[in-house]
Amino acid sequence: MLRLIARRLALGVLVALTVMTLAFLLTRLSGDLAVSIAGPSATQADVEIVRKAYGLDRPLYVQFFAWVGRAMVGDFGQSYFFKDSVANLIQKRLPITLTLGLVGLSLALVISLPLGILAALRENTWVDRGVTMFTMVGQAVPSFWLALILMIVLGLQLGVLPISGTGTWQHFVMPGIVLAFTAIPALTRLTRSGMIEAMASDYIRTARAKGLSRARIIFKHALRNAAIPVVSIAAVQLGFMLGGSIVIETVFALHGVGYLGWESIAKNDFPVVQAVVLVLAVFYIGLTLLADILNALLDPRLRTG
Amino acid sequence: MSEPVAIQAPQPSGVGASRIGTAGFAIGIAIVGVVLFAALFGNALVPADPFTQDLGNRLKPPFWMEGTQAGHWLGTDQLGRDYLARLVYGARISLLIGIMTVITSGLIGITLGVLGGFFGGRVDDFVLFAITTRLSIPVVLVALAVVGLMGSGLGLVVATLGLLLWDRFAVVARATTMQVRNNDYVSAAWCAGASKPHILIKEILPNIASHLAVVATLEMALAILLEAALSFLGLGVPPPLPSWGLMIAEGKDYMFFSPWVIMIPGVALFILVLGINLVGDGLRNLLGSERLR
Repeated sequence: MLRLIARRLALGVLVALTVMTLAFLLTRLSGDLAVSIAGPSATQADVEIVRKAYGLDRPLYVQFFAWVGRAMVGDFGQSYFFKDSVANLIQKRLPITLTLGLVGLSLALVISLPLGILAALRENTWVDRGVTMFTMVGQAVPSFWLALILMIVLGLQLGVLPISGTGTWQHFVMPGIVLAFTAIPALTRLTRSGMIEAMASDYIRTARAKGLSRARIIFKHALRNAAIPVVSIAAVQLGFMLGGSIVIETVFALHGVGYLGWESIAKNDFPVVQAVVLVLAVFYIGLTLLADILNALLDPRLRTG
Repeated sequence: MSEPVAIQAPQPSGVGASRIGTAGFAIGIAIVGVVLFAALFGNALVPADPFTQDLGNRLKPPFWMEGTQAGHWLGTDQLGRDYLARLVYGARISLLIGIMTVITSGLIGITLGVLGGFFGGRVDDFVLFAITTRLSIPVVLVALAVVGLMGSGLGLVVATLGLLLWDRFAVVARATTMQVRNNDYVSAAWCAGASKPHILIKEILPNIASHLAVVATLEMALAILLEAALSFLGLGVPPPLPSWGLMIAEGKDYMFFSPWVIMIPGVALFILVLGINLVGDGLRNLLGSERLR
């Protein structure tokens, strides 16, 4: 068990370092950063001043190691646009994105677990087909479009929820619904297939043979085994949701990390872009690690791996 | 922007599932066929030009509403451009991006996956590491950053999405190659003295192609949705090209008074993606789910 965790941890660190390199290279894609920071009306002398001030006159590898070295201790440098440290900015925005992610994931689980179980227990009936159709439809709805429709219906026509902004808990309802919608198809399908597999297994036959009640078989035996892939995917899905919330945060003007990322891309604020990419990646890496550990705890067969 | 990690094949079994599968498959093919037809010949059939502005006829509603304008079946946008002509042109962009992205990402993912699955050992370790790294990168953010830093354009969007969406190809190519690698016909090819490239291309690839076709549909749908999202955020296909995502973005300011400006391109996007996913699901049912696992 400990070996498994250690190995996954080492892999995670290696992946994080690779992402750091990629994030650094990504922000150098535009060519001369000093020119883009100085702006279109800057003179050659201005550009040189900017280049010096931000240390962009140093060789690329020096810039890279300086960034990695400081990022290790949580110092991501200064934002060019916000005139604040990047670490501060992210710290202020992170709770909003995490709240959104958790609201979205909880909503998604509340809807997809019962749907998946129901579809599995009524396999090949119209219930099952309806659930499958629902997941197909859910997969095809563009999230930003769903967001706009909710704004029109709930925000304008019914007037029950605020259309955009960050102030109160009501501001998280519509974005939470949209984010949940992006995870529901995958989670429902997985619950369904996991449950079908579990119900067809030998230990369920044994439990039936012992004369256990149907409810006990479903909830005590089948669900525990069907839950294994769902738990791990739910954690992984949360990682994707944090990364994918950028579109939803932007539509709803919800001032989370994703919105920060979008703003800084538009403003050419590359220290923020680098840091946001890295932070979201680290969350994903951490959540997959957590998923692996949870998996091993739930399924003793995986512990030796 | 949901992005399942691995192929979570739904387990269709029994008569009922296959019946709905076949119907869905047919519907999916019909949808994709219609959109493809519109993309190829639509501009010849729709008389209006998608770029001509007519500020006197701004935001005219479509034919089923009052106050519609003759000659503009789906109305006009905020600059008086014919909405049907723009919608049809948008189909071309969506399909083009979907297909080109799948070709790019397929080349990368299949190469990595097949090599990893076939050679195992160090090569496979590297491939697994590449897949893990790719999955930890937030796709939308990075795609936005690339387009934002390098300037928007169709080619750039395709290249960016292609470089980001190869993970599922790699996962499935790797898993299926591992299954196929030990089959008798591969051993027979070894014994006949075939070279490694020959075995990879002539023996392995044709036998995993059907699984990769399923992945291709999923990735195409995802690429189309992502392009729409990027264009919606203003960092995808540049205006005045009528991408469906861009049409929704441009209509957003008018959506409270003229909701159809976002409904029409949104429904088109939804139907196309649903159609592609139905085709993918149908293909998977034809293959039989047990072989995918």
